[in-house]
Amino acid sequence: MKTVFELTKGILPEETTYCPGCTHGIAHRLVMEALDEEGLLGKAIGVAPIGCSILAHRYMNVDMCESAHGRAPAIATGIRRVQPDKIIFTYQGDGDLASIGTGEIVQAAHRGEKFTTIFINNAIYGMTGGQMAPTSLVGQKTTTSIEGRKKELSGMPIRMAELLATIDGAVFVERVALDTPANVRKAKRAIKKAFLVQQKGLGFSFVEILSTCPTNWGYNPVKSLEWLEENMIPYYPLGNLKTPKEVE
Amino acid sequence: MSEKVLMKGNEAFAEAAIRSGCRYYFGYPITPQNEITEYMSRELEKVGGSFVQAESEVAAINMAYGAGAAGGKVFISSSSPGIALMQEGFSFICSTEIPLVILNVSRGGPGVGTIQPGQADYYQATRGGGNGDYHLFVYAPSSIQEAVDMMPKAFKIAEEYRNPVMILADGMLGQMMEPVILPEPVPAIKQEDIPKAKPWALTGTNEARPHNVIRSLYLVAEELEARILELDKKYQRARKELVEYEAINLENAEVVFVAYGSTARITEEAIDLLAEAGINAGMIRPISLWPYPYEAFDKIPSSTKAVISVELSRGQMIDDVKIGCCGRFPVSLCSRVGGMLLTPQEIAADAKKVLGVE
Repeated sequence: MKTVFELTKGILPEETTYCPGCTHGIAHRLVMEALDEEGLLGKAIGVAPIGCSILAHRYMNVDMCESAHGRAPAIATGIRRVQPDKIIFTYQGDGDLASIGTGEIVQAAHRGEKFTTIFINNAIYGMTGGQMAPTSLVGQKTTTSIEGRKKELSGMPIRMAELLATIDGAVFVERVALDTPANVRKAKRAIKKAFLVQQKGLGFSFVEILSTCPTNWGYNPVKSLEWLEENMIPYYPLGNLKTPKEVE
Repeated sequence: MSEKVLMKGNEAFAEAAIRSGCRYYFGYPITPQNEITEYMSRELEKVGGSFVQAESEVAAINMAYGAGAAGGKVFISSSSPGIALMQEGFSFICSTEIPLVILNVSRGGPGVGTIQPGQADYYQATRGGGNGDYHLFVYAPSSIQEAVDMMPKAFKIAEEYRNPVMILADGMLGQMMEPVILPEPVPAIKQEDIPKAKPWALTGTNEARPHNVIRSLYLVAEELEARILELDKKYQRARKELVEYEAINLENAEVVFVAYGSTARITEEAIDLLAEAGINAGMIRPISLWPYPYEAFDKIPSSTKAVISVELSRGQMIDDVKIGCCGRFPVSLCSRVGGMLLTPQEIAADAKKVLGVE
């Protein structure tokens, strides 16, 4: 019998802690496939902070450490100094990276740290049960904005990719989405490029992945993908904001 | 043996850390310890190490966590409010058992307080400001030489126990100059030797071993309880093995002072002043503040009339002094705060008052 689909080498056969329809599984797989295809699994070190994906080490078959909320870029900075020839990545959610961890991510980008950040933007705090994130859309109902996010009270959603792209040290910045097979393939290409930028020592690389949170959005998985496409992509445009010419 | 040199405390601490094999330092400017950060920025790269000026103390402690997790020998320093910001990291680092040496060149508080010396971080150091059941191992030098001698030992203990060790100095020790003999340099660990020396470290699997995971999240209560009990075994061992103190002139002492750090040096002079006045005074000088040398108090003779905790705080160590005394002696506090120092005369006068002479 011909095998048509199997776990990638970088993913461990653990029972998942993620909710049905959550796109963390796809994002995990893409990161591990990208490393595997370049022969980098054995050289990879990951940092996963508080949030649903703090348990990423259950699934990602590379050396990993957990992190306090928002601090992963500082930890990756420390790891990089001791292990200069490794491939280092942080895998961070939006409550983590765009709220409590803005200092760490901006300053790591500013120093041009040679690691890669995978930023999962699902416009909500997932692990704590669906509170408003800095990335929640105006009008989006969450447990801390039950009538919908109000611009007057909470400001406009923050666009981290655009913000980081203004920093010289961030040399590769791209936003992708996991709503369609075509976009999933584009996401993987962006992740591979980000790792290539790191391998070449060009600076900080950043991939923002628009993702779903069916449980806390209150939609089924299919409707969640539609909501992402209809609401998130118009506000968070997909595409590359910055690529160094060495990897173009 | 290295020759004797005249050095400022902060620079001597930094050089001693490098000579102890430290190659990674992450710092953020704060007075009165800036000479350490500046020294590391100049010197670490010369010996193949790395210095990063962090964006905050919060980032600095997390960089230290990362570098330690990756197997590096790491040193960080700060002063009181900066140490306050690092507490979250201390809790994580204890939980994940990452070796680290921390230096607090403490100053007066609360809040911004002052840049003058203080000892009001005793609770912060020994009780911890981070969450959960954890302990830093805390040592308090009373001279620059003692601090410098502690440095290689602190790294050794941190690595052996896989737990952070804090050296609690104060602004006085950091800012003054004294003749000092620096420790002999220890070679630094090479990156290629880390996997063997620290098989738990994040070095990449090389696809040749199961992945290493450094974690502090245990969602299953039974697992977390087992983990905490495991860590506690280490803390119980530390209580047996790491206690250090100096007992001075306890025999026939009418009054016994308890003092640590630079305050202990001033107190020694007060003992001399009292001797001139015909009063026999002794001192317990805790060198390890956690674990605390409670057993030293058993050496105080029952004829002693009073025990005085001498501190630059409104009474923090006095809690441990009372535990040590077990109600055998009246315990009182002799203190100045806010960056003010005690003079030997003030301490001697306080003892006379407590004893009811003059």
